[in-house]
Amino acid sequence: MPLLEIDGLNKAFGGLRAINGLDIHVDEGEVVSVIGPNGAGKTTFFNLVTGMETPDEGSIVFDGQHVVGLRPNQILQLGMARTFQNVRLFPAMTVLENVMVGQHSRTKAGLVGAIFKTRSQRREEAEIEERAKEVLSFFGTRLAGYRHDQLSMVLSYANRRRLEIARAMATGPRLLLLDEPTAGMNPRETIELTELIGRLRSERGYTIVLIEHDMQVVRNVSDRVVVLDHGVKLVEGTYDEVSTNEKVIEAYLGRPAELGA
Amino acid sequence: MSQVVDAPVPVEVEFRPAPPLDMSRAVKLGLSGGVAMVLVCAIGMVATFQPRMLIDPILPMGTFFLYMLAFIFGWMAGQPPATLEGFEPAKAGGRNLQAGALAGLLGGLCVGLLLIAMTTWDLRGVFINLSPELVEILTFGLPVAAAIPVIAAISAVAGALGSAIHLLPNRLRRALLPALLWVLVFSLFTDIFGQLFAGLRMEFLIDLLYTGRGGALTIVGAVIVFAVFFALYWWMGGRENTLRQRVKAIPKDKRSRWQIGAALIILVVLYFLPKIMGPFVSQILVTAGIYLLMALGLNIVVGYAGLLDLGYVAFFAVGAYTTAILTSPQSPMFTPQISVLASIPFVMIAAAVAGILVATPVIRMRGDYLAIVTLGFGEIARILLNSEWLAPIFGGAQGITNIPDLKIGPLIFSTPQDYFYPVFLFVLIAAYVTYAVQNSRWGRAWMAMREDESVAEAMGVNIVTAKLSAFVVGAMLASFGGTLFAAQIGSVFPHTFDIVVSITVLVIIIVGGMGSVPGVVLGAIVLIVLPNLLREFSEYQFLFYGVLLIVMMLKRPEGFIPSKRRAQELHSEELSQDAWLEIYGEKGLPEQVPEGGMA
Repeated sequence: MPLLEIDGLNKAFGGLRAINGLDIHVDEGEVVSVIGPNGAGKTTFFNLVTGMETPDEGSIVFDGQHVVGLRPNQILQLGMARTFQNVRLFPAMTVLENVMVGQHSRTKAGLVGAIFKTRSQRREEAEIEERAKEVLSFFGTRLAGYRHDQLSMVLSYANRRRLEIARAMATGPRLLLLDEPTAGMNPRETIELTELIGRLRSERGYTIVLIEHDMQVVRNVSDRVVVLDHGVKLVEGTYDEVSTNEKVIEAYLGRPAELGA
Repeated sequence: MSQVVDAPVPVEVEFRPAPPLDMSRAVKLGLSGGVAMVLVCAIGMVATFQPRMLIDPILPMGTFFLYMLAFIFGWMAGQPPATLEGFEPAKAGGRNLQAGALAGLLGGLCVGLLLIAMTTWDLRGVFINLSPELVEILTFGLPVAAAIPVIAAISAVAGALGSAIHLLPNRLRRALLPALLWVLVFSLFTDIFGQLFAGLRMEFLIDLLYTGRGGALTIVGAVIVFAVFFALYWWMGGRENTLRQRVKAIPKDKRSRWQIGAALIILVVLYFLPKIMGPFVSQILVTAGIYLLMALGLNIVVGYAGLLDLGYVAFFAVGAYTTAILTSPQSPMFTPQISVLASIPFVMIAAAVAGILVATPVIRMRGDYLAIVTLGFGEIARILLNSEWLAPIFGGAQGITNIPDLKIGPLIFSTPQDYFYPVFLFVLIAAYVTYAVQNSRWGRAWMAMREDESVAEAMGVNIVTAKLSAFVVGAMLASFGGTLFAAQIGSVFPHTFDIVVSITVLVIIIVGGMGSVPGVVLGAIVLIVLPNLLREFSEYQFLFYGVLLIVMMLKRPEGFIPSKRRAQELHSEELSQDAWLEIYGEKGLPEQVPEGGMA
């Protein structure tokens, strides 16, 4: 049974059919890339899966559980965490705090515990901090040491993207949904991030769904590629299958020379 | 450069000389100052303040206040502009003095025009405060034609003195300004110092400085105060850094011992404070404490959770009315007549219920919408309390009277001095809760919600619980304030729970610094204690709030004592520059570096 199974998903904004009868499945341990031209419905697809928008029709089953109608925080608790295309951190919170917030749904201390500083609250607080540091250490020196106490708003663009991934990792997910993780990065940072996505699977065992425009990244990390256009799944297959598919070239890539680069 | 470049050549930056001071700015400031001076005359401040002598017999408060404006605008006009990249820092010089004098002169001329207008036409039909007494005050008893040059000259001198501040060497300025400020404090708060010296059995100081208990500062007194504080600040000016280093040099484990010691001293001072200061000041402190309690609660709702609640007074009313109904024999519906102390658990429950009632409909609302809805709730609360319909429960406009005093065991709290302690205790509890919650799971969840609600939810924060809990915590703190208020005053009336209370509490946290406990304390002192101590000011309290808010938003939007986080947020682009200044400062260069919190 696939980890994530989507059947007949529909979503319209007024007259615009953003997602039109979409079927997608993601198996445990896979890295699936979702590509498509601008306005193809990729981000809407993420929003629907994570509960930030409600589908008009269709079913989304994660790990055997229907998630349509659940609140985003409930869906996250099941084990799906995302990042955002236009990085959305908590700007006036520190790097460490951003990652600590990620663990909210995995911890349970209440206000009374915080006020009376009960032993279990203090222990949990220490654990939260330790885990947050552990997650940040995944990014090597990029988000280490003095960076812990910096406000996330002062980070560089690439570091903000890394921190967003860290925050998603801290929520304890099985499936990571990464929305254009390399957007706005320079070539070197892009290569680094490509490696990182590989490590996310090999070291941490996450299943990953990724929206990406950079075809190098898509080729290097994906087991399977899904092409969306106008809310419809155009083609699905390995990178090579997809990249040579005529429909895809027509709808999305325009010139095949760019693709093979 | 002609040499062969192998090693990196130190870059030589050529600084252009700073542009000369902008005189048109001085003209603009002078005219603005003139408008301000005319305004304080027209609304009657000058005439109201005049009977009060600041320094007997030479300086009445009205005249002082008027020319203080010329001084302030002169100070602004003479301010050297900020150093721009590529320019040398501007040095203050004669031109700054001229600018200040010009601004002052223009201000004075505006007052002169007002005088001419007042004596030519009868303006009292519209401006009731433009009275013959005002003419008398403004002209110093001279004929109008002779008075105008005098006014202009005094204003110009005041403006020039204001701008002269920029010419003083740092150490002198840092001694002179605080010393002058202390003279002002001693002359404004004569009652307080009279009470203080009497309470400390140091009546000789009253005779030394004042014309009598509660009287004005004498010239000798002013000179003494100035000399003492000037000497003190001059001495400190040379040692500030070494003192700071010495504090820094104390090892951490010993520092906590020092901190405990300092806290103990503060507690002892606070214990004796109401005893020394007497009922009048204690009453003001109790009022300020209740506001402070509410401000700390609202700080959690607005400062932490980012939920702008404009109807916060409703929770205050819930606390006051719950206590009133449960304790008073006059309660119209049912009269359990329990003690005030026993009513506190019920107050907490009522506040929690009220918090949930307000929060539930606004769960899915954000920002402005939430503010408007809460504003509505505040008004609904007041109208319901006032209504005939619910009068059988709340007593309508007659309110509920005969609320008994707070009793804890054998202790009976009846005077304002007595109430200082429980109020202070609750403030301490509220401050502790604020600190404890800040770095906790829910504290972080609130902040995340404030930063970006939908992302917070997508990252696992249950928005419903987060909003409810923030409202409930805030409601409880405000309701304690209500309980103490009801017990101290002995009665509750619906008109007390006006929107003005909500606004005042909000202004306290904005002015003090959102999210910062010391800031909120200072905000309560500035906005509640000071206007109440200066009885002349009470009529103009809201004018004072308005001016303060505008100045704050322009000059220090993060508040007096901001939380570190908020200061960074609002000044992120300046941070790099500060870092540069620090490096620069360590080389020992920075006589020019602008100082931080000059009074």
